[in-house]
Amino acid sequence: MYSEFIETLFVTGKLAVATTILLFIIGLPVSYMLAFARFRLKILLEALISMSMVLPPTVMGYYLLVAFSPQNGFGKFLEHYFDLRLAFTFEGILIASVVFGLPFMIQPLQNGLMSLPESLREVSYTLGKSKTTTFFRVLLPNIKPSIITGIAMTFAHCIGEFGVVLMVGGDIPGVTRMASIAIYDEAQALNYTVANRYSLILFLISFVLLTIIFSVNKRHKV
Amino acid sequence: MIQIDVERKMLTTDGIRKLEVCVEIPQYELVCLFGRSGAGKTTLLRMVSGLFKPDKGIIRIGDRIVFDSSRKINLSPQKRNVGYMFQDFALFPNMSVEENIRFAQGEKDHKAVENLLETFQLIRLRNQSTLKLSGGQKQRVALARAFARKPEVMLLDEPLSSVDMELRLSLQNEILASHQLFQSTTIMVSHDKDEIKRLATRVMRIGKEKVVAFENPTDL
Repeated sequence: MYSEFIETLFVTGKLAVATTILLFIIGLPVSYMLAFARFRLKILLEALISMSMVLPPTVMGYYLLVAFSPQNGFGKFLEHYFDLRLAFTFEGILIASVVFGLPFMIQPLQNGLMSLPESLREVSYTLGKSKTTTFFRVLLPNIKPSIITGIAMTFAHCIGEFGVVLMVGGDIPGVTRMASIAIYDEAQALNYTVANRYSLILFLISFVLLTIIFSVNKRHKV
Repeated sequence: MIQIDVERKMLTTDGIRKLEVCVEIPQYELVCLFGRSGAGKTTLLRMVSGLFKPDKGIIRIGDRIVFDSSRKINLSPQKRNVGYMFQDFALFPNMSVEENIRFAQGEKDHKAVENLLETFQLIRLRNQSTLKLSGGQKQRVALARAFARKPEVMLLDEPLSSVDMELRLSLQNEILASHQLFQSTTIMVSHDKDEIKRLATRVMRIGKEKVVAFENPTDL
């Protein structure tokens, strides 16, 4: 029982860390593009990225499950050419979690970049610096609160993920069972002590992360 | 010499207007750009620096053509070697005074940084965050940083608009001294006639649409 508890927490932590790292890597270029580039369909892209903020998680979970299914085109393609099955696997819930977590990383980064004076970027260009150098040496270091907010929000949101992960990953102990799903299972089985343990841990993690976000933002406002 | 012969449509409070500029600025001059608000002074500086693209025309800096619409030449700001000092100074808040200047250098040159810190009286402030500087100190850092790249042309966009009268006089001296020291051809936007008379070797007045002509500063 205890080892299952630890195993579930380990899967939850692994998914949250992997999702946050992947989303940070994806979020940097995407947020830069959304903040500064002008192109047709930009609004559509922004809406698509933000969908998970309003869409019921089960809807996105359903679509991803259908896409990952080896019976259908994309899932069949992955299995045939890469011997990769995403439905009911850790890799599957990782992709689902990344897709679902997009706005929690990208929006803070995009807002941070847009809040900087345009002259910072422009003066760097007139000093001969490339867009890449300007991004990493001038822009990113000046949006630290947004970076911390993005990382903390993504991590906290992923820890508490339920609907998408349940749809795509099922509830396989040690593979796709997350703490949030385990709480439901344990409560259904009337194991309130274990459910309480999971709940307390998730509560504390979320509370600590939100406190970090608020204190960082407050420090940078003063 | 800088040759500017360009046109660009501008969105102003009176609607869309066309800015036409046709001037030649001899090397090493300190030209003050004068004209009412919204006349296109900043637009002109941004076109010279490469931050704005003219609708058509040609811009030549020395022997180099940096923009020519007919030949589809449009060098990026990175390749123009034009220094630009913004109204808000645009100092990098994540860097110290010295780091701001070092960042601007193409190749690392420790001696040049020391010279700039000394010239602009920044030795004592070298490790200070730029967030903690006064308006005058910020201006000196912005000037030192812009000169660190040894630009052929220096563009100053109302550099003294945010400082008080007393400080203004001393900063005018610094602009004059650095112009003489670094010998960059300089275009400076200013609304202050006394300032123009004090600093400028020539005045370029932007009228309703066109750059009217060069004037003698004392004729203002």
